[in-house]
Amino acid sequence: MARMKFLCDAERCIECNACVTACKNEHEVPWGVNRRRVVTINDGKPGERSLSVACMHCSDAPCMAVCPVDCFFYTEQGVVLHNKDLCIGCGYCFYACPFGAPQYPQVGNFGSRGKMDKCTFCAGGAADAGSDEEFKKYGRNRLAEGKLPLCAEMCSTKALLAGDGDQVSNIYRERVVARGFGSGAWGWSKAYPGGGS
Amino acid sequence: MTRQTPIKWMGGICLLVVLLVIGSASVQTTAYAQNSPEVLGTDAQTEFWRAIRQGEQGTVSIPDKNAAQLIQSEGDNWRALRNGPLSVYGAQALIGMVLVLAIFFLFRGRIRIDHGWSGWTVQRFNEVERFGHWLLAGSFIILGLTGLNMLYGRYFLKTLIGDSAFATITAWGKIAHNYLAFAFMIALVLVFIMWVRHNFPSRTDINWLIKGGGIIGPSHPPAKKFNLGQKIIFWLVLLCGISISLTGIALLFPFQTTMFADTFALLNVFGFNLPTAVTPIQEMQYAQLWHSIVSVALIVVVIAHIYIGSIGMEGAFAAMGSGRVDLNWAKEHHSLWVEELDAAGTLNAERDSVDRLSKEEAVKDEAVKGEPAE
Ligand code: HEM
Ligand code: SF4
Ligand code: SF4
Repeated sequence: MARMKFLCDAERCIECNACVTACKNEHEVPWGVNRRRVVTINDGKPGERSLSVACMHCSDAPCMAVCPVDCFFYTEQGVVLHNKDLCIGCGYCFYACPFGAPQYPQVGNFGSRGKMDKCTFCAGGAADAGSDEEFKKYGRNRLAEGKLPLCAEMCSTKALLAGDGDQVSNIYRERVVARGFGSGAWGWSKAYPGGGS
Repeated sequence: MTRQTPIKWMGGICLLVVLLVIGSASVQTTAYAQNSPEVLGTDAQTEFWRAIRQGEQGTVSIPDKNAAQLIQSEGDNWRALRNGPLSVYGAQALIGMVLVLAIFFLFRGRIRIDHGWSGWTVQRFNEVERFGHWLLAGSFIILGLTGLNMLYGRYFLKTLIGDSAFATITAWGKIAHNYLAFAFMIALVLVFIMWVRHNFPSRTDINWLIKGGGIIGPSHPPAKKFNLGQKIIFWLVLLCGISISLTGIALLFPFQTTMFADTFALLNVFGFNLPTAVTPIQEMQYAQLWHSIVSVALIVVVIAHIYIGSIGMEGAFAAMGSGRVDLNWAKEHHSLWVEELDAAGTLNAERDSVDRLSKEEAVKDEAVKGEPAE
């Protein structure tokens, strides 16, 4: 069985935020909730790099370990999902998550944050696949439709890869070999002579 | 009960970091690129990725600027502490206290009123005092149970009643916890105002301590309205209660307080070396840890308090029940207090409304009770 993984290639990401927009649109995510975000390191400086991040669907996930109502579960493909009917919006998963993935419709207001929301790897949630209920609570279940996460599908530079871990790393390995390794590599420094500085 | 295998989720990090370390070898190698564009694989940019691994902040274009941190590892320490030592030692302390009390009860039994019921009672706590106490106790018990449910429920209650019933109870418990918190804080203030004057250390406390509070053996060391044991409970409840309330407020209004940064800065004045650059999420992690550590410790203490106030000691519960205690009980446990009342002429003993003794016995005991009321 496939083990789903995300990979973001910092050599390719151009911080266009298409993945973020695609995700918001596909799942009709409310304002203020970002299942995916793009972080830029050294913005505007030499060596600037961007990375698109969302839930990394950890093995032995920290969020799962701390949830007081134990509402997380793995799919057969290693995707970490949660059950919004059980979630009490305590915020603990956000404290535990290394990647800041869990999101809440509201922060503050007497500790009431609403049900946690996060990236589902486009695999829906604890409801019948493809049902209205599933779409309202968790967004589209593209995996059930035989499609991969839209963020990666959309990515114009194919910086963001999503899918079976073995295939993702194969693609990546091939890519590294083809473009060379290090400062002479095909990519950034070719497109911007002088290394972009 | 604990999951301490950070190695595994690091698989997630590994994908983000390790693979990218290999692939991103040209990051920030602008100097190299300029000088010798043909050189391959000269620099793996470990510094760049190490910084990210250690919590480097980038920039984001979304409004939530805290999202600019790619990896926060403190969450893993928090998880390890909460699911590890906090849960394990907390459970051991709670169960341990119940066991100790059970064993004590088996050997020592109920502490009786040595001279038996006198049939006469004196007022120990008035209505306001009892209201304050029960507001504190009632809110404490519900806060404690709902809080412990947050910490341990998924291991016990959930397996008994099923996922959705447990989630419903926990969600209501959280709401109860959030709102009863204010009853607890008000009660804490009330109790402080009412009783602080009885709880300053005094000379009799030393003697009381030496005699071990009279717990073992028949002797009853003299005490005023509150003995040393009660004074210790008072101050523990007060100080821990304040600490729990403050961290609780930090949890109620997430990401809005800088309590731990401020506390650490204050402690540093006294020679500590604590971090003062505390991110909002670390504030929450510290607040959650301290809130539950102090709560569990206080619950352990209060279990002993509840024991001694109920099944542990004959005649004690009436003090907070009807507010009136048996005169013999008062003389045995709080002799100096009875003397004070007697001297002030405010003893006002009345016949016990519960008819424990026959009329003759009660009359015979007139000598015991001193000057009756009226
Ligand atoms: C006095 C004011 C208090 C406030 C404002 C407060 C607030 C909170 C909040 C906001 C939480 C986080 C979970 C949630 O969202 O419900 C929490 C958890 C907790 N509270 Fe309180 N609380 C207070 C008093 C107490 C007291 C008196 C106790 C114990 C007797 C207690 C024990 C706990 C425990 C054990 C947890 C769970 C920790 C965990 O899951 O690791 N709290 N409290
Ligand atoms: S929410 Fe965070 S901790 Fe949970 S699986 Fe996703 S990345 Fe891992
Ligand atoms: S916010 Fe919801 S999913 Fe996250 S730990 Fe709390 S109950 Fe679990």
